Amino acid sequence: MELNEIISPENLVYDKPRLMNDNPMHYCPGCSHGVIHKLIAEVIDEMGLEEKTIGISPVGCAVFAYNYLNIDWIEAAHGRAPAVATAAKRLNPDRMVFTYQGDGDLAAIGTAETIHAANRGENIVIVFVNNAIYGMTGGQMAPTTLEGMPTSTTPYGRSIALNGHPLKIGELLAKLEGTCLVTRQSVHTAAAVKKAKKVLRKAFENAMNKKGTSVVEFVSTCASGWKTTPDKANKWMVENMFPFYPLGDLKNKEEGIGI
Amino acid sequence: MSEEIKLLKGNEAIAYAAIRYGTDGYFGYPITPQSEVLETLMAEMPWETTGMVVLQAESEVAAINMVYGGAATGKRVMTSSSSPGISLKLEGISYLAGADLPCLIVNVMRGGPGLGTIQPSQADYFQTVKGGGHGDYRLITLAPSSVQEMADFVGLGFDLAFKYANPAIILADGIVGQMMEKVVLPPYRARKTEEEIRQENPWAARGKTADRKPNIITSLELDAAMMEENNLRFQAKYKKIEENEVRYEEFQCDDAEYLLIAFGSSARICQKVVELARAEGIKLGLLRPITLWPFPTKAIAAYADKVKGMLSVELNAGQMVEDVRLAVNGKIKVEHYGRLGGIIFTPDEILEALKETIINQ
Repeated sequence: MELNEIISPENLVYDKPRLMNDNPMHYCPGCSHGVIHKLIAEVIDEMGLEEKTIGISPVGCAVFAYNYLNIDWIEAAHGRAPAVATAAKRLNPDRMVFTYQGDGDLAAIGTAETIHAANRGENIVIVFVNNAIYGMTGGQMAPTTLEGMPTSTTPYGRSIALNGHPLKIGELLAKLEGTCLVTRQSVHTAAAVKKAKKVLRKAFENAMNKKGTSVVEFVSTCASGWKTTPDKANKWMVENMFPFYPLGDLKNKEEGIGI
Repeated sequence: MSEEIKLLKGNEAIAYAAIRYGTDGYFGYPITPQSEVLETLMAEMPWETTGMVVLQAESEVAAINMVYGGAATGKRVMTSSSSPGISLKLEGISYLAGADLPCLIVNVMRGGPGLGTIQPSQADYFQTVKGGGHGDYRLITLAPSSVQEMADFVGLGFDLAFKYANPAIILADGIVGQMMEKVVLPPYRARKTEEEIRQENPWAARGKTADRKPNIITSLELDAAMMEENNLRFQAKYKKIEENEVRYEEFQCDDAEYLLIAFGSSARICQKVVELARAEGIKLGLLRPITLWPFPTKAIAAYADKVKGMLSVELNAGQMVEDVRLAVNGKIKVEHYGRLGGIIFTPDEILEALKETIINQ
């Protein structure tokens, strides 16, 4: 078979999502952000929400999320995305408003905004990328950094005595009355990607149907921050991250929070 | 509905005017001496009449970021606070300015620094007109001296904010916020429709339609050359505002040999000083800047050729006096008189200070 035959449209089994553009991505090789961006783009398109979606990008590696998805975006100050999303959704209740935040943004500097938006049951989706490290600033300790895990600010490994415990913010959010869905996913295998997409769609539906706050956490890799290769990062994540941050639904209230 | 006359506190007037102006959203956090703004809005329940959203945020930081989120979607949104709360909001205010977002902020000033006092002060002048937050930005600053102006400046503040795509701030103080006066509330204006918002604010992030590129609201630009371009664009906007939006009021200035310069509640007290001085045969006038930025530099510079001296009367340690001196440029004597930490001056002590530091020098 000639190349031109192979790439002819009828033979295509996979295509780049329509809402993703051709801007070169700044993410490092092996980073989970690209796959998660792709899933969001696919779900928005499949649900026909392009004209209704407002994305809130964070400060951190995903600050430039707005460069890659062809939707309207608001770039928030560090940690404040849930507050920004609160107003965007309350003032425009028929829109689909989601935040896209890393562990430092969501679980350190923005803890108050995260907990209170979720506790009010804002009808938004919080996409939470947890790779246990500050990627953008060069690999410092995150609130979710595991015990013993070396980072540039815990060069001898995270010490509980010195730095406290890694924060299981997902479990915390699942306890709040305002959340209808709190789930922990990953995108390291095809099966995981498929499952994560289904859950993401459920979260977007919850926001449109005003069922309360949905939190979709992605346990993710940061090969550069972890100072390893993409392949080894995936293995390290399975062996070290998953035992502490087990995958699955932490909460899934079908009927919503009942406001 | 038409105008209505009421007896209100300044803070209450802000709330009523906001509803009548067609404001889309208010986001605030309680702090003395301005909590009546949020309390009045919650009691009035405008979400059931005009559809205005009112939300008590978890912090001043969250409140200003809610304003950022609402403004980014092209809505008319506001917040209010008092000095320590405004300090917390400054990060968000810088982001609003850096993203060309219109909104209205109210600061009912109290004495500082730190937790300070809950009594009135004007010590946030520098913070408001010289930046406050990081970066080269300006806030359109309106200084009300009556309850009527508290109501009127809500509409004016929003109009100027949207005209220039820039945050506007009402810089009031605890006196104007807490005192009660007769006020004429404006007629109701409808909130903007979806169609009007899309037409008037084509930049707003409201969901991307097929006919345009994505709207991205951000203040971030890592390319220094482009960030300089952004800054030059801000400066051009500020120059236009300085040329077109200066507002001030003159009180018995025509034949004046001496001038008081005062804003907000200090200007109300200074009206009495003018009366007392004139009863003694001293030809005293009062110039009241209404916009603190843009500052009435030209008007004050013109008086430097006519009067013998000026006294800047402020409830602070001498802040606006620096702008008065810049305007006067050394031509005549300019002094400052102030009380600090929540103490309010009497007309007599101001007149005494005028004699001591200006007239008898």
